Amino acid sequence: MTGKTLYEKLWDSHVVTEYDDGSALLYIDRQLLHEVTSPQAFEGLRLAGRQPWRVAANLAVTDHNVPTTDRSQPVEDPVSRVQIETLDRNCAEFRVTEFGIRDPRQGIVHVVGPEQGTTLPGMTLVCGDSHTSTHGALGALAFGVGTSEVEHVLATQTLVQKKARTMLIRIDGQLGHGVTAKDIILAIIGRIGTAGGTGYALEYGGEAIRGLSMEGRMTICNMSIEAGARTGMVAVDDTTIDYIRGRPNAPAGAQWEQAVASWRNLVSDPDAEFDRVGEMHADEIEPQVTWGTSPEMVASVNRHVPDPAEESDAVRARAMTRALEYMGLEPGTALTDIPMDKIFIGSCTNARIEDLREAAAVVRGRRVAENIRQALVVPGSGVVKQQAEAEGLDRVFLEAGFEWREPGCSMCLGMNPDRLEPGERCASTSNRNFEGRQGQGGRTHLASPAMVAAAAIHGHFVDIRE
Amino acid sequence: MEPFTRHTGLVAPLDRSNVDTDAIIPKQFLKSVQRTGFGPYLFDEWRYLDRGEPGMDCTNRPRNPDFVLNQERYQGASVLLARENFGCGSSREHAPWALKDYGFRAIVAPSFADIFYSNCFKNGLLPVVLDGAVVDRLFQAAYATEGYQLTIDLFEQQVHTPDGECFGFEVDPFRKRMLLEGLDEIGVTLEEQSEAIQAYEQRRKQEAPWLFPEP
Repeated sequence: MTGKTLYEKLWDSHVVTEYDDGSALLYIDRQLLHEVTSPQAFEGLRLAGRQPWRVAANLAVTDHNVPTTDRSQPVEDPVSRVQIETLDRNCAEFRVTEFGIRDPRQGIVHVVGPEQGTTLPGMTLVCGDSHTSTHGALGALAFGVGTSEVEHVLATQTLVQKKARTMLIRIDGQLGHGVTAKDIILAIIGRIGTAGGTGYALEYGGEAIRGLSMEGRMTICNMSIEAGARTGMVAVDDTTIDYIRGRPNAPAGAQWEQAVASWRNLVSDPDAEFDRVGEMHADEIEPQVTWGTSPEMVASVNRHVPDPAEESDAVRARAMTRALEYMGLEPGTALTDIPMDKIFIGSCTNARIEDLREAAAVVRGRRVAENIRQALVVPGSGVVKQQAEAEGLDRVFLEAGFEWREPGCSMCLGMNPDRLEPGERCASTSNRNFEGRQGQGGRTHLASPAMVAAAAIHGHFVDIRE
Repeated sequence: MEPFTRHTGLVAPLDRSNVDTDAIIPKQFLKSVQRTGFGPYLFDEWRYLDRGEPGMDCTNRPRNPDFVLNQERYQGASVLLARENFGCGSSREHAPWALKDYGFRAIVAPSFADIFYSNCFKNGLLPVVLDGAVVDRLFQAAYATEGYQLTIDLFEQQVHTPDGECFGFEVDPFRKRMLLEGLDEIGVTLEEQSEAIQAYEQRRKQEAPWLFPEP
């Protein structure tokens, strides 16, 4: 008998009922809720007269809409305010634990979960947000769901799911200087495409992944969805266990020992078979920058904007032409010659303490370039913010001319007042460069925290290795 | 949920790959706490020339004449013909809500993003995967023939063209049942699976008690 992959182990341990067609009713250990995708789910419960199946399995936090400015002030946008207050009211009515807008633990849901020990290895975890794949970095089966599924989990603590195929992405070797987790995942997406992982559960492995911190692993798993995969994961090792130890909701005492013993098994067996295996060598990966309107439209920073005329596939060539038109770019332009207008360091991809340290190391003692109209640093959570301030990182950013903000999703998607104006170009540590994502008509270039910090200083991207 | 059995409708061809859910329904409209009312803002940034805000009356907004849904011949379309990886990006169910609210009942494409695909079934909207070459031909036919219609039969799992051609498609039996009968999936789970869920919890609490913290 061949061994099991990590995904199969997680799947098998959560099957409540198996159906004839290969799908199964899966038990969901945790659900994270936020204000944008939950109101209709709570309303659904209310209309049907249902109660949450196991209320303690849920944790709610406001993140998408929250302003990142002074939290003692009321939320100015009346529509956002209603949505935030609706979450407060729903959580009060159904007795769901919530980190409200003034709670020091508030932050982006995918930063908060692991940070609080709410996400643990071996769990199934869902959230009405596609970047839920982040939590797979802890050896959990975590995936984004729609609002109907949020309601289904609230009411039954289960979901009907179809088993995914498995793909191992192995990155062997060691990363070069200046190359980070963000560059790995952007390079993977550039290689397999934005639908390359559709229908698959991704597992990231190999020496370069093993060498990453938990923050780095979360960055990679976070963007699994940008490769089309609902879920991405990394096997449990000492790095995982050291990260979880002592977190507020992590098990303690005898239960900790029991849990760790069980978590040690959360690795793919040596003889496990994956449906697909992709390999890249860490040496091949250079600092990445996106040039288009899909995360797969990405290249190494020392390259040029590609020419659609050289693309043989007609649908793809049309998409490239459209993307360049939207981005206001000419084929052949060096990626380092494109002037930026705004800088965004934040999001569930890159707003953890290590990301801020990485950016601050580049910024220290320097000034934001003249052509940059605004440079934002938005910590991923109140806990990250406090830690960064204890390390003096806020001073580093402020002295360089950055704004140091309160935690939230902010300019990653611009549901709050932080957004791009039409035609503005932004170097961003976030995860999506879709048309209009950061503001209608806004132009997004995705890159790592170090690369974005360097773009702030120079006014355009530079090769961080130089 | 409105059931889906068999539907015949006018086809609107949206000739772009990787259409993301940010494009289907931009973020500012996600601030609504309702499930309805998203139709007028479907593809807002492509459809209108001004900046859309929630609650806006769209009747007199300037329209982008180049956008397919603004063309006279596609008014009343209920079948959307699309390209690869339709619905990629965010998990927002507001995307299928907006498509359904606009009047679409089915989307035909060579591939869909997973979360979007799953969300459609919860809302009486049928995503149909057909071979890329077939979709190419349907695009040509939709451009060539004004008033081009397709019939989609969920029970038979077939798409019928006006020329009498017929293409089969796959759909999971569970999702098919829910959609054909318009069932409340939560009600079905509670009715059929409550005991199994409780039994699972009892067993799991012994194996992994740390997963069940007290409230």
